[in-house]
Amino acid sequence: MLTTPGADGRFGEFGGRFVPETLVPACQELEAAFHDAWNDTVFRTELNDLLRDYAGRPSILTECHNLGRKLGIRLILKREDLNHTGSHKINSVLGQVLLAKRMGKKRIVAETGAGQHGVASATAAALLGLGCKVYMGEVDVERQALNVFRMRLLGAEVVPAKSGSRTLKDAVNEAMRDWVATVEHTYYAIGSVMGPHPYPFMVRQFQSVIGTEARAQCRELLGTDPDFVTACVGGGSNAIGIFSGFVDTHARLIGVEPAGGAAVGRGVPGVVHGMRSYLMQDEYGQVQEAQSISAGLDYPGVGPEHSYLASIGRAEYPSVTDAEVIEGFQLLAKTEGIIPALECAHVVAWIAREAPNMQGKTVLMNLSGRGDKDVAQMMDILG
Amino acid sequence: MAVLHTGKLESHLRARRDAGRKLLVPYITGGYLGWTDAVRAAAANGADAIEIGIPFSDPVMDGPMIQLASEQALERGATPLTILQELRSIDIDVPLAVMCYYNTVHSAGNERFSHSLAEAGVCAAIVPDLPLEEATEWCFAADGAGIETVMLAAPTAPEERLPRILQRCNGFVYAVGLLGVTGERDELASTATKLAARLKALTDVPVLIGVGVSNAAQAVEASTVADGVVMGASVMRRLIEHDADAVGEYVGEVRKALDAAVGVK
Ligand SMILES: Cc1ncc(COP(=O)(O)O)c(C=O)c1O
Repeated sequence: MLTTPGADGRFGEFGGRFVPETLVPACQELEAAFHDAWNDTVFRTELNDLLRDYAGRPSILTECHNLGRKLGIRLILKREDLNHTGSHKINSVLGQVLLAKRMGKKRIVAETGAGQHGVASATAAALLGLGCKVYMGEVDVERQALNVFRMRLLGAEVVPAKSGSRTLKDAVNEAMRDWVATVEHTYYAIGSVMGPHPYPFMVRQFQSVIGTEARAQCRELLGTDPDFVTACVGGGSNAIGIFSGFVDTHARLIGVEPAGGAAVGRGVPGVVHGMRSYLMQDEYGQVQEAQSISAGLDYPGVGPEHSYLASIGRAEYPSVTDAEVIEGFQLLAKTEGIIPALECAHVVAWIAREAPNMQGKTVLMNLSGRGDKDVAQMMDILG
Repeated sequence: MAVLHTGKLESHLRARRDAGRKLLVPYITGGYLGWTDAVRAAAANGADAIEIGIPFSDPVMDGPMIQLASEQALERGATPLTILQELRSIDIDVPLAVMCYYNTVHSAGNERFSHSLAEAGVCAAIVPDLPLEEATEWCFAADGAGIETVMLAAPTAPEERLPRILQRCNGFVYAVGLLGVTGERDELASTATKLAARLKALTDVPVLIGVGVSNAAQAVEASTVADGVVMGASVMRRLIEHDADAVGEYVGEVRKALDAAVGVK
């Protein structure tokens, strides 16, 4: 079991609630509302029904016989790519938007990197009848044009964030500025296990469905737990979701970061976006701009619970380069007929690189999203 | 409950307020082209204290104007060290407060940062993303270094929260005038004077409204209830679009309006 943070919202020395005073009461209200909802069987039943009948859960496991044979490992995918809207983001968004509605909010704001959280938010808002505004870095608006159009089709307003690096971190800033101004009637649906308490905890609880299912499914398929549990890490929601099912097993937990956004690997503790966590920053605490081929991982920070798991040595956070990711993307497509999201191609890349050290082992990989959104970008890269 | 000592900024502001004056605190982004001249111009034209912003890469409480100033200051190579260094030699007799986001403090360390402020002659710090619940360690270090910590109070605060904020606040209370980030608005939000009235009923510490106080008329309106105002975006716009002289002129204009409203000659 992962730990439950106390009133100070800490995982060890990470987390907290470093927000403008205006937002403190809203965070406290959310904390209470989430606690209440999570312990209410009516809410849980409503959420579980939506996850089953709308999102398509449980997601299946797929064993990759071809790639596994080639690499000398047993490779199993948890298929979050098959969820409605194409990624794990829907798990958290259905929970959060149901909660927003229960709290009487009329509108949600969200930030998005690759656009998957934005699409999921727009989808849930359309389904449950709330207004939706999505902030997205201007750079990402260009490289994920398809998702921008999808969000607009779903009735959401998409606003390009033009400040700073014009990627995910700046979209978070804009969403927070919106929320500071609209907090009375607006719910901020954060897209990962980041932000001020209770978001890292709450989003993890919503994503823990991945780990709970995967653990039972692995026991059925393998008769035991896998040796490695792997996922990509942007803010870290899909990773914590699958880790949550295996922290108390012998499995090694591997969160793969992009080399250009390796918060755990290259960062030091800092405070931004409401939380204390590992952060890529300069000697004066200016947050550095991440550089990654994948918009969803282009983030200089990481959720506080990952910082905690790294600090106690329970999880490991290696990184892979963009060039390795491009190979990984094609590898899974060609050997298994599955086009992964670029985010997940990071994990494929790590597995391919480390396979010589894992011969005969069982590796569970969270395939957090499908690659449709990345096909145009890859077309440019591969020519 | 320990009583916070009254520091230099608070004594200065209290004395002026008690003499019947409305308080004017302009904000200037440190490191922006011409900023030290702007500080001198503000001091010479009737500022009661000056708030110096230390630019940060991710200023979530700031609107477009101060974001722009921060970005350009950073591009010019501004760091907390260069800004404090320049402040040392600025030679004005108006008390200074620094406004910075918490990561700027965190990366230096609470102790080291508060001492570096004190050494530069800064009286107080305003840290807009460090709410009461997270402020303990900073406040301990700041108290030790003789730095006053200006706390923010927001219109969203429930009744029981304000006294707890006030208990931990010295220098002045920063009453956030509206729901939103810094930037000029056509009108003073109704939340501004409402919050100031709630605070005035609870404390004798000077209550200043900041965020969204955009011109002399709004400063006067805010000061009918509050002890004064903090003005940021409208000041920085003058520095960005014109120069330090324009800042001086503007501060002088607001000063005159505030004085006229209370009948000071
Ligand atoms: C498919 C996919 N995986 C992973 C991520 C990264 O987010 P997280 O680390 O929170 O899972 C994204 C974000 O856009 C995504 O679209």
